[in-house]
Amino acid sequence: MTEVAVVGFAQSPCGVREDATTSGVEMLVPIFAEVFGATGLTKADIGFWCSGSSDYLAGRAFSFVSAVDAIGAVPPTMESHVEMDGAWALYEAWVKVLTGEAEIALAYGFGKSSGAELRRVLALQLDPYLLAPLWPDSVSIAALQARLGLQAGRWTEKDMAEVAARSRAAALANPRAQVSGEVTADDLLARPYVAEPLRAHDCAPVGDGAAVVIMASAERAKDLCARPAWITGFAHRIDSGSLGARDLLAVPSAAAAARAAGVAGMAAGVAGVAPVQVAELHAPFTHQEILLREALGLGDGVAVNPSGGALCGNPMFAAGLARIGMAAQAVMSGQAQRALGHATSGPALQQNLVCVLEAQ
Amino acid sequence: MFYNWRVRDTRAGQLGSAPLRAPLEIEFDYTRSLGPVLSQFMTALADRRILGARGADGRVHAPPFEYDPVSADPPGELVAVGPEGTVVSWSWMPEPLEGQPLAGPFAWALIRLDGADTAMLHAVDAGSASAMRTGLRVRPRWAASRTGSIRDIACFEPADAPAAPDTQEQASREPDGMIITPVRLHYEHTASPGESAYLRGLAEGRLLGQRCGVCGQVYIPPRGTCPADGVPTDDEVELPDSGTVTSFCIVNVGYPGQRVTPPYVAAAVLLDGADIAFQHLILGCDPGDVRMGMRVKAVWNDSGSISHFAPTGEPDAAYETYARQL
Repeated sequence: MTEVAVVGFAQSPCGVREDATTSGVEMLVPIFAEVFGATGLTKADIGFWCSGSSDYLAGRAFSFVSAVDAIGAVPPTMESHVEMDGAWALYEAWVKVLTGEAEIALAYGFGKSSGAELRRVLALQLDPYLLAPLWPDSVSIAALQARLGLQAGRWTEKDMAEVAARSRAAALANPRAQVSGEVTADDLLARPYVAEPLRAHDCAPVGDGAAVVIMASAERAKDLCARPAWITGFAHRIDSGSLGARDLLAVPSAAAAARAAGVAGMAAGVAGVAPVQVAELHAPFTHQEILLREALGLGDGVAVNPSGGALCGNPMFAAGLARIGMAAQAVMSGQAQRALGHATSGPALQQNLVCVLEAQ
Repeated sequence: MFYNWRVRDTRAGQLGSAPLRAPLEIEFDYTRSLGPVLSQFMTALADRRILGARGADGRVHAPPFEYDPVSADPPGELVAVGPEGTVVSWSWMPEPLEGQPLAGPFAWALIRLDGADTAMLHAVDAGSASAMRTGLRVRPRWAASRTGSIRDIACFEPADAPAAPDTQEQASREPDGMIITPVRLHYEHTASPGESAYLRGLAEGRLLGQRCGVCGQVYIPPRGTCPADGVPTDDEVELPDSGTVTSFCIVNVGYPGQRVTPPYVAAAVLLDGADIAFQHLILGCDPGDVRMGMRVKAVWNDSGSISHFAPTGEPDAAYETYARQL
């Protein structure tokens, strides 16, 4: 099997961008230029392009087609799209390189989350018979999951606030973050509920943004990057769409994806196994970081979300890809020997993707 | 460093202020067939009964599954559950969003109906968050008008609340195995800086395009980025309101909201100096007279937009002058 490595990553600043359209072009052109500049590649070198975005976010059909302007697709190029976070576009691109159909592939994700009321739009990702007609919003559903954990003694509201405080402090070092700052858990707990038991700090901010990752086959990767981030495990799994039938405190799809990606042992720090040093988890709600740490078996020695994570910038359809990109960056920069990137989709962590990246 | 910000800065004087924004309302009534299992479930709701499905592992799912999550078989005969149940988890919605079950503050809850092993998501009309708790016993409040939909349950209410006056016994509509779900979404659509300049230009009776600095192609309306090169198109170009029909069709079919009576011509018009055609109406002549290469000129509305294009009577443009744009 062909080995594949991430060789480049860029992301736009995250925030409510009045200058950005739902086509994503304004957010994509500068980060394509940035990643091409870093790798020395041009658009002509890309054998396969794959994007992740959503028509529901854009409010129009086939909205991803407009984003192809940012590619400069003349002469015609091989291009694909997933109505998913860009992390799943990266998976498709990975398969293209693995099968030898492309040597270099580029995945991107973009979302103008602020175009409509996001938590209401996301109700339309639910079961269209039993759930969506009630318009249950994404924040309320996450709150149901958070309360289950509070009741079960899995975490406290203070534990949740501490996740937010740690993330915001970490994001001070991330210039592309939307939210950052020094704040104590006690300060956060003094603030009101937005969807009891969730407070504003428990929920990712609504922000627009884009991310891009370039990967290459073994033959090309070493020429493009001094220290490529080799993909040694990559898997995604999904749980039932029936919200009330799921065990919302188990996240079996995250655990299954981690097993399939070979994370077991390396995450927990088992003797003789090189540990994961950095994990970028796509947890749009504070309690979900706690759930994911457990589901993935991450030990205390793992640095979780040194970027600040999705709680400090969650551009829809780009934030999962950005997690993998940040994990890859940790390897490429020499900060980590082995890192893990995670992406989620659907209500209450329904679908999960895990990517393991390593230096050679 | 960031293209969009730079564009805004350097163009602020040239192209006016911030990008134009406008409300965009999207509305669609999704009509879906329910299939055998959910048809039974919804038909029972219209009759004020709640059904569940017993799985291969003996657990009762309510709402019912369509395929057993363990064995993948369709369920056998559905079983009655509830109608009362117990709150398993809840969250508080202080300001309900459009379309949600209640207009005033309410709780979302996962409710395990009596006799079921899984939970149902619905709203609980508890009055205040302090009245909500896990373990609360609740019962459905049936909608007065029932059509065979999950909204036949208006919401749940505490089981010890005073009983509301009985609603009508019969379903308002015989369930027919279909549901109609109206979806209304409200966006604020943002035009790109280039589109905004184009629209502001139209209001002044001017046609503003952009030229790519790499390939020299002129795009109107401006795309902001050259689709061939993927680079920002910063060079603004004003174009005349005359051009050539490159291709066209004669519309003979009527449709709701149509503003011109068929037959009429929708054409691709290549403005003089542009490298991309845009679509517009050709009026002012018999549809049968429209042809490729026909020279046309814009007819403007008083409000500052183009009503349509009309023939100029000039000789037709040579095929070579627009062949590349076909």
